[in-house]
Amino acid sequence: MALQEGLLQEDVFWNLLEEVKDPEIPAVSMVEMGMINKVSVEDDVVSVEVLPTFVGCPALEIMKSAIVKKLGTVEGVREVQVNFVFEPAWSSDRISDSGREKLREFGIASPPCKHRIEEPWEVKCPYCGSSHTTMENLFGPTACRSILYCKHCKNPFEAMKPI
Amino acid sequence: MVSSLRIESAEQAMQNPEYLTALKELLFQVADDDFILAHRGSEWLGLAPHIEEDVAFSSMSQDMMGHAVMFYEMLEALGAGKADDLAQLRKPEDFRNAVLVERMNGTGDYIEEPHYDWAYAIARCYFYGLFKEVRSESLANSSYLPLAQVSRKTMTEHRYHMIHWQVWMSQLANSTEEARNRLANALGKVWDDIGGLFILGPLAASIVKHGLIEGEELLTQRWLEKAKKAFDTFGLTWIGKPKTPELNGRAGQHTQELADAIDTLSEVYRLDPAANW
Repeated sequence: MALQEGLLQEDVFWNLLEEVKDPEIPAVSMVEMGMINKVSVEDDVVSVEVLPTFVGCPALEIMKSAIVKKLGTVEGVREVQVNFVFEPAWSSDRISDSGREKLREFGIASPPCKHRIEEPWEVKCPYCGSSHTTMENLFGPTACRSILYCKHCKNPFEAMKPI
Repeated sequence: MVSSLRIESAEQAMQNPEYLTALKELLFQVADDDFILAHRGSEWLGLAPHIEEDVAFSSMSQDMMGHAVMFYEMLEALGAGKADDLAQLRKPEDFRNAVLVERMNGTGDYIEEPHYDWAYAIARCYFYGLFKEVRSESLANSSYLPLAQVSRKTMTEHRYHMIHWQVWMSQLANSTEEARNRLANALGKVWDDIGGLFILGPLAASIVKHGLIEGEELLTQRWLEKAKKAFDTFGLTWIGKPKTPELNGRAGQHTQELADAIDTLSEVYRLDPAANW
């Protein structure tokens, strides 16, 4: 692939970023997670702004090198810069519809949209769709996930926290 | 706060030596508090009361250490040195954390006969957490824009930590007499040190003058309101306003417990600081 003139350039990189997966949820891309804020190209340097989901996420460095590796394959690119930014802050509302569907297929319930922390957080089982679920542990295998149990289909599952 | 002041980048901050000094001092306080308490939390791994708590506590400690990393990286951008070096190669007297966070988890050693105090872990994390809420809310309006942005982000994550500790506080407070007694003892121990959190250190005046954060009195007052309300909610008897502790961590005064903690946490890093991880 070669760098094209004009506005198409950024699209090329956005498309490639669709192939960079969240290392802890390989079913979903970083674009679908809403973690890519901006892609800009200046001469032969590509800059990508990434919004971390949780700040203490240990996967950030892995994501960074995956992006550098993927975008670096484009002919004519001399350098790929990845910057983690906090403005705008990542929110679970940024996860796209297709991202939500893939999370569910992967066995992770999506966070509700426009959720306020004071409100009860109703979580539907990603396997059977039942709301008859209980919170087992607010903190799951990663800071951004919780562990729940479905009393209907009797499966444990994970849910992504609304933030 | 001086509301007119607005510094948008490290480069801009570095053009004003007085501002830079105050900013770095404050950042060390914020970073070191989170870093050392996260380290203490990590020492509970494998020792928490049950497996779910092990997962939750280590997850929260990791998240809090992530917050510290951001603050150290902010210091790196301001020319204070490499973030990893700041965390692991400084001398104890260069640390600016409050003494509360450096206290050991209990008697005994992590490896040999750890007699750790679970009530103390909960009381410390919960009331430190209330302070972190107060501090982050103030930092969210800091004159240093990168700090304000990061603080807003950490607040959304910290809420989940607080929900977790709140459940534990309520469980211990409403449990058996033994649990209540242990909690009361733990709160007494926390109260001996917690006043040190509200101190902004020798450069307090300059920190406040430059609009980096609000003053000690305001922060203390807001924390007191939250703490009193919490005692009420949990049905505990209010123990009064904490006194100012003898050792001022913000001025580099610390216990041997901090020196030992730094020795432990930096042991591998010091073997070969140039190694790639």
